[in-house]
Amino acid sequence: MSAAEAMPVPMTAKRRGAQLGMLAFAVLIVMGAYASVGLGINGEIPSGMLTYGLGLGGLMLAAYLVLARFAPWADPLLLPLVTLVNGLGLVMIYRIEQTGQDGANATNQLMWTALGVVMFAATVIVLKDHRILQRFTYTAGFAGLVLLVLPVLPLLGTEINGSRIWIHIGGFSIQPGEFAKLALVIFFAGYLVAKRDVLALAGRRLLFIDLPRARDLGPVLITWGVSIAVLVLEKDLGTSLLLFGAFIAMLYIATQRTSWVLIGILLFVGGAILAGQIFSHVQVRFNGWLNAESNDLYFDGVSYQLMEGLFAIGSGGILGTGLGEGHPRRIPFSFSDFIFSATGEELGLTGLMALLMIYALIVERGLRTALASRDPFSKLLAGGLSFILAWQVFIIVGGVTRLIPLTGLVTPFMSAGGSALLANWMLIALLVRMSDAARRPPPQAIQDEGLTQVMQR
Amino acid sequence: MNGTLKRIAVACLLMFGLLMANVTYLGAVKAEGLRNDSRNVRAFYARYNVDRGWITADNGKVTLAKTVDTGDSTYRFAREYPEGKPFAHVVGFFAPESSSGMEGAEGRYLDGSHPDMVVRRAVDLISGKPAKGASVDLTLNAEAQKIAYKDLAGTGKRGAVVAMNPKTGAILTMVSVPSYDPNPLALADKAKVNDAYRKLDKDKDKPLLNRAINLTYAPGSTFKVITAAAYLQDDASRNANTVLDAPDSLPLPNTNLSLKNYHGESCGGRATLLEALTISCNTPFAQMGMDLGYDKMKKQAAKFGIGSSLEIPLSVHPSDIGPEEDKAALAMTSIGQRSNQMTPLQMAMVAAGIANRGTVMKPYLVNKIVGPDGSEIDATRPKELDEAVSPEVADELTKMMINVVQRGTGNRAQLPGVTVAGKTGTAETEPGKPSHAWFIAFAPAEDPQVAVAVFIEAGSAGNDATGGVIAAPIAHDVMRAVLGR
Repeated sequence: MSAAEAMPVPMTAKRRGAQLGMLAFAVLIVMGAYASVGLGINGEIPSGMLTYGLGLGGLMLAAYLVLARFAPWADPLLLPLVTLVNGLGLVMIYRIEQTGQDGANATNQLMWTALGVVMFAATVIVLKDHRILQRFTYTAGFAGLVLLVLPVLPLLGTEINGSRIWIHIGGFSIQPGEFAKLALVIFFAGYLVAKRDVLALAGRRLLFIDLPRARDLGPVLITWGVSIAVLVLEKDLGTSLLLFGAFIAMLYIATQRTSWVLIGILLFVGGAILAGQIFSHVQVRFNGWLNAESNDLYFDGVSYQLMEGLFAIGSGGILGTGLGEGHPRRIPFSFSDFIFSATGEELGLTGLMALLMIYALIVERGLRTALASRDPFSKLLAGGLSFILAWQVFIIVGGVTRLIPLTGLVTPFMSAGGSALLANWMLIALLVRMSDAARRPPPQAIQDEGLTQVMQR
Repeated sequence: MNGTLKRIAVACLLMFGLLMANVTYLGAVKAEGLRNDSRNVRAFYARYNVDRGWITADNGKVTLAKTVDTGDSTYRFAREYPEGKPFAHVVGFFAPESSSGMEGAEGRYLDGSHPDMVVRRAVDLISGKPAKGASVDLTLNAEAQKIAYKDLAGTGKRGAVVAMNPKTGAILTMVSVPSYDPNPLALADKAKVNDAYRKLDKDKDKPLLNRAINLTYAPGSTFKVITAAAYLQDDASRNANTVLDAPDSLPLPNTNLSLKNYHGESCGGRATLLEALTISCNTPFAQMGMDLGYDKMKKQAAKFGIGSSLEIPLSVHPSDIGPEEDKAALAMTSIGQRSNQMTPLQMAMVAAGIANRGTVMKPYLVNKIVGPDGSEIDATRPKELDEAVSPEVADELTKMMINVVQRGTGNRAQLPGVTVAGKTGTAETEPGKPSHAWFIAFAPAEDPQVAVAVFIEAGSAGNDATGGVIAAPIAHDVMRAVLGR
C-alpha cells in the first residue's frame, strides 16, 4: 500500500452534470419499461406510468441534490446505476403483480424504494466522515451478531418458506440478516485494520504457503462458527455463504496471505459437507442442483422452481418475449429470489447481460473507490462492501442459473423486500461517502506558503 | 493493500464472467432444449395464443370449427365445434397436447406456421398481433353429411358412410358411428381433456375410430363388382350377357367343403353375368376368381386403389384382398370373404371408379385454403389415381349395377326419376354370427354426380340384416341429399 498511496492523487472532476444526465436517462429507461409492460399486456400505456416515473424521478432528484450538497465529489456513476437496477426491479415486480402472483406488490416496493432513498440521504448527511465507524468496530460486531441471532429467538422469529430469517415487529416483517451484513463488514474492516500486521506476518512456512499461528486462527474460527450456526439454525445457506465469503475476502485484502483463503475454503467446504451429512435440507438442495433435470425431483418440487426459472430463461432466448409477454407466474417467487429468471424470459439474454453489466459496473466503481482511498480502514471497508455486493449477485444469480447450488438470497435492488432495499441503499451511501472522501482533491495552496501548508484531515 | 484489492477486483471480474458465460449458455445454446422441454408449459400456452383458422364446408357457408377470442391472457383463443358429432371424425379436435382429424392434418395452415404463410407471419410478429391462421374449406356436403349421420345413428348400429363426387374425387360425406362430441376434447385443460379422452378411449364401441378410413372389413358381395371387372377386362368378348355356370354348390378344390349361395338359394344352374350379379349368386363369382387366378385379381384390385395407402390428407388404412393361398381361399376372396378387407372409403372409390367410366379419381377432403385476408392460398385440383377398367367394361358394369337396383337386392335405393346403380353386400364374419351389411351405389347412372358406400358393422345391436335391407336406404337418402331431390 505504500507505493500506490504515495503517488499524488490526480485531480478529479465532480462531473455533476454527467451524473444528472445519466440519472435522467436511467429514469427514462424505467418509464419506457413501464410503458412496455402495459403495451405488452393489453396494448395500453399503464395509467400509473407517470406516477411511478415522476415518483422515481423525484426521489432520485432529491438524492442527487443531497449528493450535490453533502458529497459533491462522490462517484457520479453509482447513483444512476443503482437507480436503473432498482427501477427495473420495480417494473418487473409491477409486471409480476399484473399476473396475479401472490406477494408481488409494486406499490409496496416503490414505498420501500422511497424509504431506501431516504436512508441513503440520511446516511450521507449524518455520516460526515465514515472513519468514525472505525471507533465502533466492536459495537458493530456485537450489533451484527445480535441481528443475526434475532430470528432464532422464540416469539420474535418466524420460519417462512423453510428459512428462519424473519422477525415480526408491529405489522412489519424484517430480515435483520440484511442489516447484519452491513454491521459485520464494518466490524471486519475495523478489526482487520487493527490486527492485520499480526495476522499477516506471524506464522511459519510450510511447502508453498505461509501458515498462520494457531492462536491467530481464533477470529476465523469464530466467524466460521457463526456462519455454520446461521446455516444450521436459520437454514439460510445463502447468508452463511455470503458472510463467510466476505470475511475471507477481506482477510485476504488486509493480510495479502493466500493461506487464509485456502483455510477459509477448506473450513467452509468441510462445514458444508458435515452439515450435509447431518441436516437433510442441505443435502436436498445439493441434490436438487446436481440432478435438477430429473423428472422425480421436478415433480417432487425439489428442483421445480429452479427448472421453471431455467425454462423461463430458455424460452426468452436471445431477445426475450418482451415485457408483459412472458409467463413469470410459472416460477414460484418470481418477484423475489427468481426475479432474475423472470427478467430473463421477458428481456432475454440481452437484458440479462445488460443487467449483469450494471452490477459489474457498480462493483467496479466501489473497488475503484477502495483503490483511491487513502487510509487502510476505508480501503478495507470499500473493498469489503464492493465484494459482498458482487459475491451476493454471484451466489443468487449463479444459483438461479444453476451455475452453483441454489441458496436463497435476494437479488440486490431488484427482488421484492424492504429490508434488503434499505440495507443495500445504505451500503451504496457508505460507498458514496467514501468515494467523496477519496476523490476530494487535497486542499490547494492559496498562495505560496512555503513549507507550512494547510493539510486537510 | 492495493495489490490484493486488484486481485479481488480480478476475482469479481471472474465471477461476473462466469455468470455471463452461464447465462449465455442458457439463453443461446441450451435455450432450444429448455423451450421444448415437455415440462415447459409455454408451448402449451402458445397453442392458445394463435387465432387459429376456421374449418368450413360448402364453400365457407357452414362452420365446422371456429376460434373464439375469450380475452383471457393465458388461454386467449378457444376452439369450438358448432356442428359437433356428425363431423367429429373428419374435423377432429384441437386438444392441449395433440390434434386429430383435419385439425391435425392441416395444422400448419390452421395455425399459420405453414411455409406458404411465412411472410404474413413475419408481419404479424413485427406488428405485435397474435398470429392468425388460414381457414380450411372442406369438400363435405353438410346437408348430406348430417342426413348420413342421422340415418346411420338411427339404426343403432356401428358403421360408416362415404360419398364422393366420382368425377373429381371430392369427398362429400364421411360419417362414422358411433361418434363423439369434440368440444370437451378441445378445452385448454389437460386434466379435463385427458379424462374425457380416456372415457372415449375405453368405450367398447371405440367412438374415436373413424370407421370410414381407419378400419377394414370384409366387403362381401360388393366385391363381386371387382371380380366381374377383372372377368370382363380379361377378355374383350365377354359382356353382361355372357352365360356362366351357377351351380347351387361349388366344391372347393383340395378341401371337402363346398361353397353355397346366400341362405342356400339356387341360381338355376346357369345364369348370365347380369343375372348372377343382380341376385348376387356366389358360385359363378367364386369360379371366376379361381379361373382368373390370384395375380389377375390382385392386379384388378390394385387398379381401384386397393393395397396402397392414401392421404386425403387424413391417412387411410390400406385395403387388401389378402395374401396368396390356395384356390379355395381365392374362391372366398372373389366373393369378398376370408382375408379380403376393405375400408368403406375404398368401396366408395370402387363405385366412383365405375361411375366415372373406369377412371378412379384420388379422393380428397380439402376444397381450398383461404388466408386470413380472404385470399385463396391453395385449392385441390382433382387428380386421376388410375384407370381401373376400360370405359366399355365400366359401361357393362354400370348396366349390371342398374339392374341390381331396379330388379335385384338393391331395390330400396331407387330414386324417383333418377337411374341408380348399386350393389349390395352381406359379409359373414364368422359362421352363425351376424353379418356386415354393405351397399355401394352411384347416381344418376348416365351422368354420375355422387358415388356412395354404406357400411354397417356386424355384431352391433340386431342381426341378420342384409345390405339391401339396412344399408341401401341410407345410400338412398345420401344420394337424394347430394342430388338435391
